Amino acid sequence: MTGTATNRSFVRLSGVGHRYDPDPATPMAVTGVDLDIQRHEFVAVVGPSGCGKSTLLRMISGLLKPTEGEVSVFGRPVDGPRDDVGIVFQKPTLLPWLNVRKNVLFPLKHKYGRYSHDDEKRAGELLEMAGLESFADKMPDELSGGMQQRVGIVRALLLNPDILLMDEPFSALDAMTREQIGFDLLKIWEENPKTVLFITHSIAEAVLLADRVLVMSKRPGTLLEMLDVDLPRPRTRHTISEPRFAELTERLRKHIYEPEAA
Amino acid sequence: MSLKQPDPKTRRLVLAAAPWLFFVALILLWELVCRAFSLPEYVLPAPSAIVDAFFKVEFSRWMTHLWATLRVALMGFLVSILVAVPIAIAMMRSELLTRTLYPLLVVIQSTPVVAVAPLIIVLMGSDDPSRVLITCLLTFFPLVVSTATGINETPPELIELSRSLDAPTRRETWQIRIPYAIPYIFTGLRVAITLAIIGAVVAEFVAAEEGLGYFIQFSTSFFRIPQAFAGLFFLAVVSLLLFKSVQWTQQIFFPWSLPKK
Repeated sequence: MTGTATNRSFVRLSGVGHRYDPDPATPMAVTGVDLDIQRHEFVAVVGPSGCGKSTLLRMISGLLKPTEGEVSVFGRPVDGPRDDVGIVFQKPTLLPWLNVRKNVLFPLKHKYGRYSHDDEKRAGELLEMAGLESFADKMPDELSGGMQQRVGIVRALLLNPDILLMDEPFSALDAMTREQIGFDLLKIWEENPKTVLFITHSIAEAVLLADRVLVMSKRPGTLLEMLDVDLPRPRTRHTISEPRFAELTERLRKHIYEPEAA
Repeated sequence: MSLKQPDPKTRRLVLAAAPWLFFVALILLWELVCRAFSLPEYVLPAPSAIVDAFFKVEFSRWMTHLWATLRVALMGFLVSILVAVPIAIAMMRSELLTRTLYPLLVVIQSTPVVAVAPLIIVLMGSDDPSRVLITCLLTFFPLVVSTATGINETPPELIELSRSLDAPTRRETWQIRIPYAIPYIFTGLRVAITLAIIGAVVAEFVAAEEGLGYFIQFSTSFFRIPQAFAGLFFLAVVSLLLFKSVQWTQQIFFPWSLPKK
């Protein structure tokens, strides 16, 4: 199921833009985005609300066709939803009538109509990795918001995608849960490297998690800035107290709040 | 105002007992009023007279009438489920069909069934099929509406999840939309089951030789008012039990679909 991932694998966006309304007088949601993402790179995107971050993510996932430019993955243009992409949504979007294990297996059940014994084993392993093995038979509403979102992440990993697209996945969680689940995500990512595109409102979260942070402008959304995060890995809660961390978040804040001055 | 709170156990007991006590009090009041003013039985029979009348009717006769009403109500209920759910699904799939059918559904819903029932009996004869049809005319609309609402209220994230998996539409319908509509469908079922009893009784009022509705009508026309009341209460109890059965079905088979406490 892993497909043909090789070292030349990457996500490339060239001149990508999208306009929801076909009328050319209306503003573009996103415009002129050029971006190369390396394989197994963790890229975070920050920007004001409504700047087209989610539109960008949907175009990479194949859920949305760009109205200008092209998205390609592994050198092949994206023209529809693909197997090698896992999506984690803002809300956990679990199915309330399935228990945790069946929710994790849902992508297989939904795509192929069935799953094998091995798939069930794999779901069990993924749940264990996320520390959820004792909740496998619980229903979603018996779990806290943080645990539900963990299940959402595990579900996105089931098909072992090369690319993980995360659309503000932790925005509904309280601050403490949010920090903890961020570290858990890093641990999962370090154990199973994936190319990650992570959309967030939180500058600190972006710096803490990512290799590279992209800053998007207000509508029409375009890339204003890219910032390489050279903080050493593995990152822990001590990373937050390093001077370099403060420096990088400060620089990003500048880009966002005073884009002209930066 | 007292700051003292009753302990939770007492509180729960009071809450559970209150409706029963109120009911018993009403019955007692009724009995008292009838005796105090010596109201004649054919105007308002006392509860004791109604109980008397209930036991004077043979058990087997009650069962015959019960079965006649229940049979029509349940068949009408089932048929309208079998018709309403597929129509709601089809309407979700096709806007053209929604536009074509919806006005007709509204017309059917807003026509008083009592007025149509005699015509249906004339057209189809006074047998079970025409009674079932009369019942369906009442139960069908709330079911279509609630099912269609549930199917359409499916959160866009769930639909996006399905689309991101590139799954066939058929599975989107069966694995996401329909299960999502279950709580909505049950809301419709709870309305429909009581309407089903009403439909069956309306049909019996028009033309029948048995059934609880028929029993009430025929008792009234012979001025056996306590007996009519006995039939009415029996009908109310049956209707309540059916309503409860729908709730129990949801609790047993779809516990996840119940509102959270």
